[in-house]
Amino acid sequence: MEKEENIEVHGKIIETLPNAMFRVELENGQIILAYISGKMRMHFIKILPGDKVLVELSPYDLTKGRITYRFK
Amino acid sequence: MIILKSQNEIKKISESCKIVAEVLEGLRSYIREGISTVEIERYVEMQIAKRKALPAFKGYRGYPSSVCLSLNEQVVHGIPSKHVKLKDGDIVSIDLGVLLNGFYGDAAITLSIGEISHAAKKLLKVTEEALYMGIDNAIVGNRISDISSAVQKYVESNGFSVVRAFVGHGIGRFLHEDPQVPNFGSPGRGVRIREGMTIAIEPMVNAGGPDIMILDDGWTAVTTDGSLSAHFEHTIAVTKNGPEILTKI
Repeated sequence: MEKEENIEVHGKIIETLPNAMFRVELENGQIILAYISGKMRMHFIKILPGDKVLVELSPYDLTKGRITYRFK
Repeated sequence: MIILKSQNEIKKISESCKIVAEVLEGLRSYIREGISTVEIERYVEMQIAKRKALPAFKGYRGYPSSVCLSLNEQVVHGIPSKHVKLKDGDIVSIDLGVLLNGFYGDAAITLSIGEISHAAKKLLKVTEEALYMGIDNAIVGNRISDISSAVQKYVESNGFSVVRAFVGHGIGRFLHEDPQVPNFGSPGRGVRIREGMTIAIEPMVNAGGPDIMILDDGWTAVTTDGSLSAHFEHTIAVTKNGPEILTKI
């Protein structure tokens, strides 16, 4: 069974929520809920409101995502 | 049968998991050259008792100890002994389970003593990263083998092999519940991951080949080719917003 690819979008962190979750505003204006990826957790990369990040959205639910990269 | 947990039950499980995480964190500073594995076991038992919990492994299916300590080519289920002392260059996997208020927590880390070889450093890093690759796939809408395949792809692309004989598992009111979470397989197969599932993902990675054998003590698993083996584990809860690692301080 083929698995559909995740969609990568740019976003900006609006709000920090508990449990390493964040509210993110995407380029297209949508506000979504995203969590920090395991890789970033492992390397202790902090994310603060205002940071520009890369978010992976699942094709099955476009209101939830995974933050995979923080831009400089 | 897979048991889905309510918010309340997940909270109780995360309390057990917090204890596991705290004890493992304490071990990072406690572990040093020269101490025996039985001393480590005693330290662990003391730390668990201080927090008013019970070690989950002791007596489980006849296992004699409270914690699994597996050195170097031992994969899992190493039994602490007063004759086995840690020395410079060793890697030791510590697998700990805790029972509190009827709920279990289970996690593992692999630590190094003194200076270890570059190959060993890489093994530890890749195994830990493979765990996080697996956790990232524990989202609603995926299937269990998406976790398995992510772990396997990452491990094998780094030239290591994944142990087939042992698997991750559901956890909750029992130490081992359905579903089984292998660390290998093709994606898109198996049970659908649903909100309320609590699973322990535990990649075991060998520097050489994937085969293991059990020693005469009936428990300790070692690599057949004598290569080093690392083990990392987290208990996670699947929430509608993504995986939540419960075994954190």
